[in-house]
Amino acid sequence: MKAAVIRFPGSNCDQDCYHVLKNDFGLETEYVWHKEASVEQFDLIVLPGGFSYGDYLRCGAIARFSPVMRSVAAEAERGKLVMGICNGFQILCEARLLPGALIRNNSLHFVCEHVFARLENMETAFSHAEVAKSDGKLLTARTGLLLRMPVAHGEGNYVADPETLRDLERNKQIVFRYSDARGAITDGANPNGSADNIAGIVNRTGNVFGLMPHPERACDPLLGSEDGKLIFQSVIESAGKKTKVSSPISKRN
Amino acid sequence: MKAKVTVMPKKSVLDPQGVAVRDAMRHHGLPDVKSVRIGKFMEIEVEAADEGKLHEICRDLLSNPVIEDYELQVEA
Repeated sequence: MKAAVIRFPGSNCDQDCYHVLKNDFGLETEYVWHKEASVEQFDLIVLPGGFSYGDYLRCGAIARFSPVMRSVAAEAERGKLVMGICNGFQILCEARLLPGALIRNNSLHFVCEHVFARLENMETAFSHAEVAKSDGKLLTARTGLLLRMPVAHGEGNYVADPETLRDLERNKQIVFRYSDARGAITDGANPNGSADNIAGIVNRTGNVFGLMPHPERACDPLLGSEDGKLIFQSVIESAGKKTKVSSPISKRN
Repeated sequence: MKAKVTVMPKKSVLDPQGVAVRDAMRHHGLPDVKSVRIGKFMEIEVEAADEGKLHEICRDLLSNPVIEDYELQVEA
């Protein structure tokens, strides 16, 4: 099983993602430059955070047309797991692989702080697992579980038309919402003004995931939180299952 | 020839920049200002214009139809 971390000019969380996948989880991981034509050989595709193309025009607007994105879209269409973090989430929305868009924070400030993301759907490929922290304590996915992770963005204000928001709710596509320390979904706990406190969503088929918080910066006690491990554990388990299931088919082909 | 493209946030989308500028204008002695919306204006020079292609680019690249509307003006 192999993971790709896509590098756009201006990506700056690529090394953090690579470190977590490779060193914390022992997964074979490669950087893929945005000019590459294919990510077909990978089982998991990560679009890291950063400021691709200097955020010119709109965040993610130009990266979306990078050569590699054609292959990312094709692989997503085939059901492969794709995860976009922060700028990666913005790129996935611009590419229409996820619904909605991320606009300027309602405060107009760049927010850089730890937030609580409340788990809303513990059945997705990205949010179902159980993982041991370095002190041996287990972190087990359950609805309402709070993950403490950092956010660092100027454009994380999730918007979508009312119909799309209803669909997201109805199809259980909302994976995380910003909450306070007690799990209450409040305006005060919303760092950027996102509709319905949305922090992370999946697409309709559940194989493309985008979130504004940075799980890769929350996988080590040195960084103040290990809660991000739950997301990586989930996606790696899911990618492993998909690989096993789909391998006889790929051999036939 | 020249093409001019105006990109504006959709009416239904809150424009945080516009709200901040509106408030600043009120503090600058214009208490009656009702709203400000901030968009982008682009001047494009092209040898020959395929207006259909320009519209396609406005839709796919220069604006994001989820949050913005655009207007294209082509000058001879």
